[in-house]
Amino acid sequence: MTRRTPTRAVAAWALSGLAGFLLLPWYAQQEGVLAFDWLPGLWSQVDSASGLALIVAHGRWWLTPLLPVLLAGLAVAFIRSDRRQRGTWLMLLAGLGLAIFWLQALSIGLRGWNADWLTATFGEIGGKQVGIGMGATVVMVSLLGLLSLGLAQRGAFGGDAFVAGAMVAVVASIVLFTAWPVLRILLQAFNSTDGVFAPALLIERLTTAKIWSLRCLVGGGRCGVLWNTLFLALCCGAGTTVLGLAFALIVTRTGFRMKKTLRVLTVLPIITPPFVIGLGLILVFGRAGIVNQALDAWFGIAPTRWIYGFHGVFLSQLFAFTPVAFLVLIGVVEGVSPTLEEASQTLRANRWDTFRTVSLPLMKPGLANAFLVGFIESIADFGNPIVLGGDYGVLSTEIYFAVVGAQLDYGRAAALALLLLACALGAFFLQRRIVGTRSYATISGKGDAGLPVPMPDGLRRLAQGIALPWAGFTILLYGFVLVGGFVKIWGRDYTPTLQHYAKAFSIESGPGGLIWTGAAWGSFWTTVKLAAIAAPLTALLGLIAAWLLVRQRFVGRSALEFATMLSFAVPGTVIGVAYVFTFNVPPLEITGTALILVLCFVFRNMPVGVRAGMAAMSQIDRSLDEASATLRGRAWQTLAHVVLPLMRPAMVAALVYGFVRAVTTVSAVVFLVTAEYELSTTFIVLRVINGDYGLAIAYSCALILLMLVAILLIQLLVGQRRLGRRAAPAPAPLAARAGA
Amino acid sequence: MRIWQAAILALAPIVVATPSAVQAQGSLNVYCSVQAEWCTLVANEFQKATGIKVSITQKGSGETIAQLKAEAANPKGDIWFGGTGDPHLQAAEENLTEVYKSPNLAMLHPWAQKQAADSGFRTTGIYAGALGFGINTELIAKKKIAPPACWADLLKPDFKGEIQVANPNSSGTAYVAIATLVQLMGEDKAFDFLKKMHANVNAYTRSGTAPMKAVARGETTVSISFIHDGVTEALAGFPVKTATPCEGTGYEIGSISLIKGARNLENAKKFYDWALTPAAQKLEAQAKQFQVPSNKETPLPPEAPKFADIKFIDYDFAKYGKATERKRLIARWDSEIGALPK
Repeated sequence: MTRRTPTRAVAAWALSGLAGFLLLPWYAQQEGVLAFDWLPGLWSQVDSASGLALIVAHGRWWLTPLLPVLLAGLAVAFIRSDRRQRGTWLMLLAGLGLAIFWLQALSIGLRGWNADWLTATFGEIGGKQVGIGMGATVVMVSLLGLLSLGLAQRGAFGGDAFVAGAMVAVVASIVLFTAWPVLRILLQAFNSTDGVFAPALLIERLTTAKIWSLRCLVGGGRCGVLWNTLFLALCCGAGTTVLGLAFALIVTRTGFRMKKTLRVLTVLPIITPPFVIGLGLILVFGRAGIVNQALDAWFGIAPTRWIYGFHGVFLSQLFAFTPVAFLVLIGVVEGVSPTLEEASQTLRANRWDTFRTVSLPLMKPGLANAFLVGFIESIADFGNPIVLGGDYGVLSTEIYFAVVGAQLDYGRAAALALLLLACALGAFFLQRRIVGTRSYATISGKGDAGLPVPMPDGLRRLAQGIALPWAGFTILLYGFVLVGGFVKIWGRDYTPTLQHYAKAFSIESGPGGLIWTGAAWGSFWTTVKLAAIAAPLTALLGLIAAWLLVRQRFVGRSALEFATMLSFAVPGTVIGVAYVFTFNVPPLEITGTALILVLCFVFRNMPVGVRAGMAAMSQIDRSLDEASATLRGRAWQTLAHVVLPLMRPAMVAALVYGFVRAVTTVSAVVFLVTAEYELSTTFIVLRVINGDYGLAIAYSCALILLMLVAILLIQLLVGQRRLGRRAAPAPAPLAARAGA
Repeated sequence: MRIWQAAILALAPIVVATPSAVQAQGSLNVYCSVQAEWCTLVANEFQKATGIKVSITQKGSGETIAQLKAEAANPKGDIWFGGTGDPHLQAAEENLTEVYKSPNLAMLHPWAQKQAADSGFRTTGIYAGALGFGINTELIAKKKIAPPACWADLLKPDFKGEIQVANPNSSGTAYVAIATLVQLMGEDKAFDFLKKMHANVNAYTRSGTAPMKAVARGETTVSISFIHDGVTEALAGFPVKTATPCEGTGYEIGSISLIKGARNLENAKKFYDWALTPAAQKLEAQAKQFQVPSNKETPLPPEAPKFADIKFIDYDFAKYGKATERKRLIARWDSEIGALPK
């Protein structure tokens, strides 16, 4: 495969880097770069000076080496030499530039040298540095661009510049916004509470009976939090996978009439703000809840407290995470080729055997992914255990209280987080072992004229027997929650009222137009805006990462795959503190901005996009890519015209998840919200803490409505995957895809 | 070619840093650990009185100190208003807050002045709340048992499985309860008491305010909580009443601290002084909160628990606020109470 030598691209990146160095302010601007108040001081004012001005007029000598590096990059574009040599030069230059960039950015900070030993070695340095701004950012991105071109010209990634660029972009962003902060906080596990390096402490922290105790098995006492966490996660992973599969089978493989309702129902819990499910369950099953009260009144059974502890947390997690499993599985179940099933039947296998030996094995990657997501969601879940856990401690709550509780011990929190990560890692490798390296591809370029085989009767009944009561239960719970917004005191005084909605969302018309007087409007609009920005970025990054992981062979693939999961498997509280630790000081000083919230959303939720993308991608036959390549399609064309259209369900899943989680996440953003950027969830949680349930529920219902609208919009915009398969007897399964 | 450049350029806006921390004169960043309405009132009234622009960020006291610690290299807040005293003392101990002797200190109740002196003037009390029992009136009537009036009542078999208290590993409230019992009975007797009470406890919750919420919703009959939380629930319409133990009880001191490295130091000091005046402290009652204000002149709302009717112990904040003592008592609780079978 020959490619044009992209000298123009090299020149373009080098020029953009130089422009950033010469024409834009190097450091961050107080009012934001778009205010353009830096223009007059681009040369004279140190705060708004460009890189060049800083070197020449303000004595920032340490920026000097970046200029020749960029100039040399430009020169490479115009020197005639062979591709490999040019690639080597570019890589060396860009690598050198990036090394210098980060070395100076990390070692010179707000008070000169960042470490005492640097001051001791080199003496005081004249000048300090605040966070990097637009100029520095453009230079860094340009250097990354040159690096990717260098890689491509040296023949990496099939010599394809797009693949190299995507790879560099994904790796760089994950390193910056996931690996760096997470590792930084995890290193605290080796420090004492005063910040002194003491590795022996880690062993002490990790060997207490609180973690490992098995006393619950040998009678009397409680088990360690690790066993609690693992047991809960296994149950949750298995439970959500079974429920998700039951729903997916009913929706895709039966003529069930109320599929749309079912889809909406399965999605409801995912779009429910935290604490609502927990509170709803307490009001239904708690000691003073309707079930117990009815049992007491009718049968004289004394109310018990079974909902607090394992049972309650398990139930609420099933509620919360079944939809995620469903979203992962629906694409997979749809993707199983009917032709193979027909072939099986032609060979006289009955429907049950067909399902057992053909359909089910083909769903294996999907099932394993769904299980993995359920497992990891469970161990990282914080909202449900905190509301319903009672005495049943799990790692995430333990970590939360190590950070914000009476102990204030980051070291212990980090040590426990390491343990949690180890669990996630274990699950991850187990999943890889199970799925293995076999091919599960059934979406190929060949026309597939088969009809999906109806499920065996027994299985259909089983699926319905599992899914329908669950759906009924969901309706009951949500009916109860909905009522909560319209009554005076939820669970106590059921006099109908609209006061909660009025308090949250009142609008008055004033002289200058509408005045948004409701208490909730500020946080509501901030949330909508930030989630709308974060969702597409989450999906884009997630799917590109998935595509790279599945379709490209490169060194460090497993490491990258695990790195994408890193932020997902670490509890939100740890992520929040890690972001404050890392991004409250230069070079990337972004706390207090909307940007850090968006970043937190994107990198925390991206893993689901990656998992959904990988599950969907492993079903799409490579021959399709090859066909595109044979027709001289370039990698990005293959991605845009072949792969992405086939990945629409995964795209929907990633977008929906990105949006929804941005709206509903709490623990990660508690430390990142400010007076200026308050989010809906933090607002709701504060109301719940004040016992103002009516307002909290009213707001939650409004958010649920918002997310339903958003999901419908996403479905409409992304559209459906057309697999060129005949529809099963009406109602057509693909037509029934709307509504979720 | 253009598309893949766009792909990398899409990264650019993610990386562009544009901090908007307000550094201009005439502003103040307050970390507020009291209830939302109170925070808003305080911000608005201070702004009205001084013209200083106040940005308020509301978080629990545990979360605020975690944030202060994480931000220590480059602090973003100026002053920390409210929240239980232990985290304020902890922040003082960890050198996260600044020494400041307000000229209004002399106007305060002795307990507030003593706390300021104990902390080396790194924090000052703005209100106090007594530890006591939350009681669900409906459940207690249904079970026909007398509501608890003393610590000793909590050991009665009537209350088997009916008491909820927080876990001191995570909750400052629970730690105050243990420290109170230790000061009241002596350490060994206090732990004996806790061991006996264990039979009556249905859960050691992670959060300190959870037991009172459980009382309000009828999930448990009795809780050990700060009694002003019970007043809030009762005003929200739940069947809650509170009591303070006859043997004597401990209390928390909600405090104010100046954050070390504050960017708006002068404004923060103005806020500090103002927060100790009756004009500021009467806002508490306006926000329907009923801790006892620290300024002697602040009028007491009628709903507030009467401190004169409560028997207090001479709570030693200097000793029991220390990290080492806390660690030791919590570790003892862990091995002697937390490990007991249910």
